[in-house]
Amino acid sequence: MTTTETAAPSRAAAPGEERRRTFRLARHSLALAGRSIRKTLRTPEQLLDVTLQPVMFVVVYVFLLGGAVAGSTGEYLQFLLPAIMVQTVLFGGMATGVNLNTDIKKGVFDRFRSLPIGRSAPLIGSVLGDLIRYVLAEAVLLGFGYALGFRAHTGIVPVLAACLLTVFLAFCVSWAFVLVGMLMREPGGVQGAAFVVLFPLTFGTSMVTPKDTLPGWLRAWVSVNPVNHAMEAARGLMLGGPVATGVVWTLVSGVVMLAVLAPLAVAAYRRRA
Amino acid sequence: MGPMYAFEAEGLVKRFGETTALNGISLSAPPGTVLGVLGPNGAGKTTAVRILATLLRPDAGRAAVAGVDVVRHPARVRRLIGLTGQYASVDEDLTGAENLVLIGRLLDLRSGEAKARAARLLADFGLAEAADRRASTYSGGMRRRLDLAASLVGRPEVIFLDEPTTGLDPAKREDVWAIVRRLVADGVTVLLTTQYLEEADALADAISVVDHGRVIAHGTAAELKRVVGGQTVLVRPADPARLAEAAAIAAAVAGRPAEPAGRDATTVPVDDAAAFTEIVRRLDAAGLAVTELSLRLPSLDEVFFTLTGHRTGQERAA
Ligand SMILES: Nc1ncnc2c1ncn2[C@@H]1O[C@H](COP(=O)(O)OP(=O)(O)O)[C@@H](O)[C@H]1O
Ligand SMILES: [Mg+2]
Repeated sequence: MTTTETAAPSRAAAPGEERRRTFRLARHSLALAGRSIRKTLRTPEQLLDVTLQPVMFVVVYVFLLGGAVAGSTGEYLQFLLPAIMVQTVLFGGMATGVNLNTDIKKGVFDRFRSLPIGRSAPLIGSVLGDLIRYVLAEAVLLGFGYALGFRAHTGIVPVLAACLLTVFLAFCVSWAFVLVGMLMREPGGVQGAAFVVLFPLTFGTSMVTPKDTLPGWLRAWVSVNPVNHAMEAARGLMLGGPVATGVVWTLVSGVVMLAVLAPLAVAAYRRRA
Repeated sequence: MGPMYAFEAEGLVKRFGETTALNGISLSAPPGTVLGVLGPNGAGKTTAVRILATLLRPDAGRAAVAGVDVVRHPARVRRLIGLTGQYASVDEDLTGAENLVLIGRLLDLRSGEAKARAARLLADFGLAEAADRRASTYSGGMRRRLDLAASLVGRPEVIFLDEPTTGLDPAKREDVWAIVRRLVADGVTVLLTTQYLEEADALADAISVVDHGRVIAHGTAAELKRVVGGQTVLVRPADPARLAEAAAIAAAVAGRPAEPAGRDATTVPVDDAAAFTEIVRRLDAAGLAVTELSLRLPSLDEVFFTLTGHRTGQERAA
C-alpha cells in the first residue's frame, strides 16, 4: 500500500500554504459544480422551473393584467419582462436548496464529508453549478419576450449587464435557500420555507404594477427591497432610464446577503449530523 | 514505528436528544487486521463509524486514526480513511466512471490519473462493462461495489465498511467478502460492522459485540464462542459397530452421558479442551479409528443470546 503517499506528514504550514488552500477550494468547488451541471442536464424535468414556468408567468401577467395596468399588452410586456427576469432567477434558486437537502438525506454528501476537501466546497459547487439554470432562464425569457414583441431600447451591452446583475443577485439570494436546505429535515420543507422568504422579496416590488399605485406601508418596503432595486435597474438597463441607484443597491445588498448567509449556511452544514 | 492501533476509539459517548446512541464504546484494531463490530439494529454501529470517519463529533471520549485525533485533526484523518456508509452514497445521476473520477479529482489527482484510477477500480470490481451507465441503472450489488470502489480511490490505510452486505443475496455477499480479503492482503486495516454472525466469523480477526452503545464482549470468534462454554466433542468411528465403545470412552472422560449424533456418531459436552485431548488419547489407545473427531463450539448466534439475553437484529425485526 502507498501509505507514505497518502499519509499527511505533520509539518508546519509552509509559506504559500494559505494560497494553495484557497486554490484547492476553488478547484474542488469547480469539480463539484461540474457534477451539479451534469445532473441538471440529465434530468430535464428539473429545468421546468426555469423554462416553462417563467413562460407561463409572462403569459398570465401580460394577458391577465396587461390591459388593466398598462392599457395594452404590448406596453405592459415592456414594463414586465425586465422585472420578471429577476423573479425567475430568484425562484430558480430554490432548487439549489431542495437538491442539497436531497443529496444530504440520500447520503451522497457523506462521501464528500469523508474526503479531505474544504467543508464549503460541496455547497459552493452546487451554487455555482446552478448558475447555468439562471442563464438558461434568462435566455428563455428574452427569447419568448422577443417573440411576443418585447424590444430592448438600449443595446447588447446594457442588456447583458442586466442579465449579469440579476444572476449575481440570484447567486447571493440562493445562499438563503442553501441555509434553509441545511436547516430543514425534508426537501418538501425546504420548498415551503423558501417560498416564505421569496414572497415578500419578489412580490413586494413594482414587478407587476407601478410603485405609486401601492399603499404607503408597501411602498416603504418596496423602496428598500433589494429585489425591487434589481428590477428597476434591469428596466433601466434594458429600456433606458436611471440605473445608478438600482445597480448600486443591488450590488451592495447582494454582497451583504452573501457575507451573512454563506457563512451561516456553511456553519449549518457543519453542524448537521 | 507507527502507532499500535490503526484506529482506536475510547469511551465514546454520543447522544441524540433523549437517545444515547453510544454509551462509552471502545473499539480498536492493530494495523492490517479486520475488526468486526457485531450488533443488532440500533446498537450504535453507524454512529461509532461516523465518529471515527470524522462525520460526527462525540460528546465524550476520544478517537484516533493512525494516532491522529479525529476531532482535533479531521482533515488529516480524512487523508487516511475510506468510508462506505450503510446506505450506498453513489450519485445515481452520474455514471460509475464519473462517480469515481469526481472523487479522484477531489483527491487532487490530475485528470488523466483520476480516469486511470477509476478505470482500474471499475475493472477490479467487475464494473468495467457498466462504467458508462448511470448508477441509477445498477443493481443493488453493483451499487455496493461502486460504493466500495469509491472509498478506495485515495488508497486509504483504514477503511470503514458499515454493513457492506446488508440486503445482498448470498452470492453477492461472497463477492464483497472476497474484496475485503483482498484489501487486507494489501495491508489495509478494516472496520466492518455487521448484523451477520457468519460474516464476522468469516472476515474478522477480532470481534467486538456491541449492544446499546457499548461493547459487551471482545475477542476472536473462537474466544467468544468459548465464553459461552458448552463445547461438545463429536466422535464418528470408522467402524459403526464400535459406536457404543466410542461413546463409553467419551462419557468416561467427560463424566457425563454421551448422546447419539445421527446414526454413526456420538457427542458429549466437555468443560475444556484438555478433556478433548484425553478422549483422543484413549481412543488411540483402544485402537479405535475415527472418520471425524472434533471439538464443536456454539454458534455466534448463541454467543449473542447468552451475552444479551435477546436475539440478534434479524430475529427481533422479524
Ligand atoms: N441523527 C440521529 N438522530 C437521532 N437519533 C439517532 C441518530 N442517529 C442514530 N440515532 C439513534 O441512535 C441509536 C444508534 O443508531 P445507529 O448508530 O444507527 O445504530 P446501528 O448502526 O447499530 O443500527 C439508535 O437508537 C438510533 O435511532
Ligand atoms: Mg447502522
